[in-house]
Amino acid sequence: MDTESTYSGYSYYSGRSRGSHRHGERSKDRHKSRSKDSRSEKSVTINTPPAEPLLGDSSVRGEQVQDDNWGETTTAVTGTSEHSLSQEDIVRITKDLEDSVGLDCRRYFTLTLGVILGLLVFLTPLAFLVLPHLLWPEKLHSCGTACEGLFISVAFKLLILLLAVWALFFRPPRAGLPRVFVFRALLAVLVFLFVVSYWLFYGVRILESEDENYQGIVQYAVSLVDALLFIHYLAIVLLELRQLQPYFSVRVIRSTDGETRHYNLGQLSIQRAALTIIEHYYSDFPVHNPALLSASKSRAAKHLAGLKVYNVDGECPEAPAEGPGNNAAAGLAHSQSRAMIAAAARRRDSSHNELYYEDAEHERRVRKRRARLVVAVEEAFTHIKRMQEEEQKKAPGDVMDPREAAQAIFPSMARALQKYLRTTKQQHCHSMESIQQHLAFCITNNMTPKAFLESYLTPGPTLQYSRDHWLARQWTLISEASVTSGLKDGSVFLLKCVDFSLVVTSKKIPYIQMSEEYIDPKSHKFVLRLQSETSV
Amino acid sequence: MSYVPGQPVTAVVQRIEIQKLQQGENLILGFSIGGGIDQDPGQNPYSEDKTDKGIYVTRITPGGPADVAGLKTGDKIMQVNGWDMTVVTHDKARKTLTNRKEHVVRLLVTRKSLEDVVRKSMNVYPKQ
Repeated sequence: MDTESTYSGYSYYSGRSRGSHRHGERSKDRHKSRSKDSRSEKSVTINTPPAEPLLGDSSVRGEQVQDDNWGETTTAVTGTSEHSLSQEDIVRITKDLEDSVGLDCRRYFTLTLGVILGLLVFLTPLAFLVLPHLLWPEKLHSCGTACEGLFISVAFKLLILLLAVWALFFRPPRAGLPRVFVFRALLAVLVFLFVVSYWLFYGVRILESEDENYQGIVQYAVSLVDALLFIHYLAIVLLELRQLQPYFSVRVIRSTDGETRHYNLGQLSIQRAALTIIEHYYSDFPVHNPALLSASKSRAAKHLAGLKVYNVDGECPEAPAEGPGNNAAAGLAHSQSRAMIAAAARRRDSSHNELYYEDAEHERRVRKRRARLVVAVEEAFTHIKRMQEEEQKKAPGDVMDPREAAQAIFPSMARALQKYLRTTKQQHCHSMESIQQHLAFCITNNMTPKAFLESYLTPGPTLQYSRDHWLARQWTLISEASVTSGLKDGSVFLLKCVDFSLVVTSKKIPYIQMSEEYIDPKSHKFVLRLQSETSV
Repeated sequence: MSYVPGQPVTAVVQRIEIQKLQQGENLILGFSIGGGIDQDPGQNPYSEDKTDKGIYVTRITPGGPADVAGLKTGDKIMQVNGWDMTVVTHDKARKTLTNRKEHVVRLLVTRKSLEDVVRKSMNVYPKQ
């Protein structure tokens, strides 16, 4: 595939020089080989297997020929399409299934633990209050007014605690993190120890000795609920408030195309920071488009394609497994690569020239297609008019709902839109169905053609596209430091997904020392500095 | 035009008499002045010493009374009708020159070329 596109690159280039007379220094033999080149162009088109099932296919280089024949491309899913399943994908999916089963078990385990702890916490004060009445009702002093007032306070504090715990802890989980969430575990242990110690005290001092002072018992229960509220306050501070103040500035770079964003984070552990970054990634970074990277890969292949290393001295090039001969083989490989680098540097490479002209040509084509697209869409939108309420009763003949209206005007702009998407290599991001849905949506909400086009002219964030573009829902965190340790100045970690990885580096926001200076408002005095000239 | 602080200012001056011209209801002299103790002396293009806050002639209307009387641009006005012009505000200088009651102004002006002439003539006869 690469060699095909290489060849067509040169022929395409000469095709352009045919069209424009800018490059007067083109030699005559290029024109002589015109027929040969056009034949090679056509051969590229026929040989390339059509790949995309969605909007018709495109090969990287054969586009201008396909423009003339676009109605004849067949659509089929073949093994070279970007969305095909290869053997590795199948293995990966089965591994994902196994992992997700394990993850669910862990999730349910923590959920049940949490529920048990919560029940223990809530039922404890009630148990403290009820048990004396059950076990030694005769000996118990009756509850006076102050004591009954305490009942009300226990009830309301328990209600507030219930609401607070529900608000803080019973939210749908955002993600599954690789290691346990340290603060939550610590808090759970703290609460457990706390409740156990209260039970111990209660069991030893009150149940055993069968204390008659009921008011004291009620006050004991109230103190337990107060302490639980304070622990909840601690939980809020540790889990929610501590990371709000920005402390680090992290830089996130996508490895494939270098898209960079900067975010401010508080003091978090590495796994929580990674989670925040991934959530930002989905809404900030433009969608990852692998079709845009093929050009640089083919250029890289061309750099080394012309050089081959031959050993004319008869030395054995295989590397022995062990022993002192290893160094010789390594040295041989070193000298080979150095020789290749030197030869590549000396070779007169004109690929920069090609890149420059290709880029200019591509830019021109994109602009031309975009102009045609804008005009086509604007014209299409003029064919529909929103019907007013009064008219609805008068002419029920040709009334359409938004979906039908979208389907009616879509064909007039379909061709221009398809060509534009193919030129900007976005055709796999949008299916026909999604385009028509978007069109119906825009028509319903009275949007202008420009608003409709906006989502196709610029690549939006990943969340905007359909589900199969969230291919990376399984992320791997690669870090040299432990993922539950806190973020530090200069810490680096990787978030890898199948197609690309995000490289994250963090820097501490510096300590700012501010001083004040007082200016007396009466100290603003001015004097004229002019050279006035008066005629007398 | 050298100025030594504390010493009286000495300069070679030329006496110029200008007849004011009646133009409409104004009496004009036909030149413009710049400078003054309330002005910025650094912007004066005609002064040698950039801290000199005296009154300088900046423009002369060709054919006007001042031109006829022999006033040149860049002249520093030392006295007007006996009134001192070396330490005055710009407005005071203007008022002194445009006094409606006087139809003639007698100026004492100094310029660099006068000093050069006097010094050259002094050098011909060395001091005894």
